Amino acid sequence: MPIRKTLAIARKETQSYFVSPIAYVVALVFVSLTGYFFVDAMSSDIFPEASVNSYTGRSIFILALVGPLLTMKLLAEEQKLGTIELLLTSPVRDWEVILGKFLASLTIFGSALALTLVYVVFLFAFGNPDLGPIVTAYVGLFLFGAGALAVGLFTSALTSNQIVAAILSYGVLTLLTIIHLAADQVDGAMATFLNELSMVSQFEDFTRGILNLRSVIYYISMIVVFLFLAVRALEFRRWK
Amino acid sequence: MYSRRNHRQSFNFLNFRFTKGLSPLLVGDSNILIEAIGLSKYYGRAVGIENVSFSIVKGEIVGLLGPNGAGKTTVMRLLTGFLAPSEGTARIVGHDTAEASLEARRRVGYLPESVPLYADMTVRQYLNYMGTLHGLAGAPLRSQVEETIETVQVSQFIDTLINKLSKGYRQRVGIAQAILHRPPVLILDEPTAGIDPAQVIQTRQIIRSLGTDHTVLLSTHILSEVSMVCDRVIIMNDGHVVADGDPSELAKGLAGTSRIQTQIRGPHEEIARALASVPGVRQVSREANQAEAVVNSYSIEVEQGKDVSEDIAKMVVGNGWALLRMQPDLLPLERVFMHLTEEETLADS
Repeated sequence: MPIRKTLAIARKETQSYFVSPIAYVVALVFVSLTGYFFVDAMSSDIFPEASVNSYTGRSIFILALVGPLLTMKLLAEEQKLGTIELLLTSPVRDWEVILGKFLASLTIFGSALALTLVYVVFLFAFGNPDLGPIVTAYVGLFLFGAGALAVGLFTSALTSNQIVAAILSYGVLTLLTIIHLAADQVDGAMATFLNELSMVSQFEDFTRGILNLRSVIYYISMIVVFLFLAVRALEFRRWK
Repeated sequence: MYSRRNHRQSFNFLNFRFTKGLSPLLVGDSNILIEAIGLSKYYGRAVGIENVSFSIVKGEIVGLLGPNGAGKTTVMRLLTGFLAPSEGTARIVGHDTAEASLEARRRVGYLPESVPLYADMTVRQYLNYMGTLHGLAGAPLRSQVEETIETVQVSQFIDTLINKLSKGYRQRVGIAQAILHRPPVLILDEPTAGIDPAQVIQTRQIIRSLGTDHTVLLSTHILSEVSMVCDRVIIMNDGHVVADGDPSELAKGLAGTSRIQTQIRGPHEEIARALASVPGVRQVSREANQAEAVVNSYSIEVEQGKDVSEDIAKMVVGNGWALLRMQPDLLPLERVFMHLTEEETLADS
């Protein structure tokens, strides 16, 4: 049963996160930085706003770092230790391996993201926030983070060196987060294309309380494309 | 890694098979569990292996022997589906490892050379995980884990973290994951490498016992291991199969002649004359310092392929002498190995 094998891989990888300090460190850094952004915005003397925009907008740049850190070991370490040989010679499809590992990283990221809901609790305790933008912002953050994890998993499939995997995915994610800046330098269809390609541009509607189907499809497509590339990278290993 | 060159014929004057009395040519296809047909693997312009062919029938324990870099691991990786062949076909129980990879992989238990394990798991967690990947679940998974740890004798470490185990016990855990799902085919890449002599003996015993239920292909560069564990040996060098057969038959084949050691009680000169007259006997030499002995020891050189033992026995008994001992004196496998691999190297140069 394919889903059982996928879940077994996801469970094993999730447990493995907690054996190493990486899950704790990533969660700590993510929660601390978003907490700092939140407190900073709430302490403003000018106009404190009962919304999560104070940290969601800036969090996406943390996610461009968290994605590579959470995924760099998932396949690179298997290649370095040689355990990939047993994984790929067991009767498991390559997509089951990739999906299982992706689910594990998504579980850890989702848990870290869930910890930041404590700020939402504070907002409701001491203010009167609008629920809609909070929900869409969290949906956006989750999709953005999942996209970053998919990129990280793909680069982890390319190399046995975790650092190289992390740097590669950080490079791809940085490019995808700032590519809209290049849109200013060109006109017409190319400018629109570069703007649409940007992870930041696609995130903006979520912070405004808009659940834009086009942006949702953008992130889901990004996840599917990079997971597909990761599967192809595993297949390529057999033929090279 | 070697430079690529044109295909050449394998060194094949020894290329015969010995499979527990049955030639595989006479055995139905269903009995062939491991099959390599013209397998080649190129890494860019370099040759990993080239035109490797052999088949292994049910119940055989076959040793894949060769110096480092001969291509043994590449053959095993092709058979387990970890690598896809550049040319040729690999089949496990009739399933093509490239085209029906999942079906083939279901039927193989594999121990890679470096025994890669997840060090942060306990033995139980690891075996449960590997069992699940092989499609086991629930009660069958639990019972097969229990049975397997008994077979490889790691019960006392079942809840120990793998990174706390010695190399020998890790090796056993590696074998455990290979046999856990009861595959008909086992492929073990240097299963006794790097462990202490006592554990080598125990591991060989485990492999030997597995041979009753599994077809085993194991690689090694320990020559004595082949004689002790294997029914048949495939020798590889420089990416090619250079010999394939029963270890002792290979040794005989190399010699061109074979030799028999015998002890006979009776008059020396008459015995020597009678032995020399037996058809197939080339030369008879008497052990030194036996001038006055009643029991005479002879070393008899026999033509290749001739079995003269029955004629000698009849001749001795017919003359009223006593035949005290008669045994073939084979060349050690080491010499076969050196001869074949050196011959290949000289041919290359």
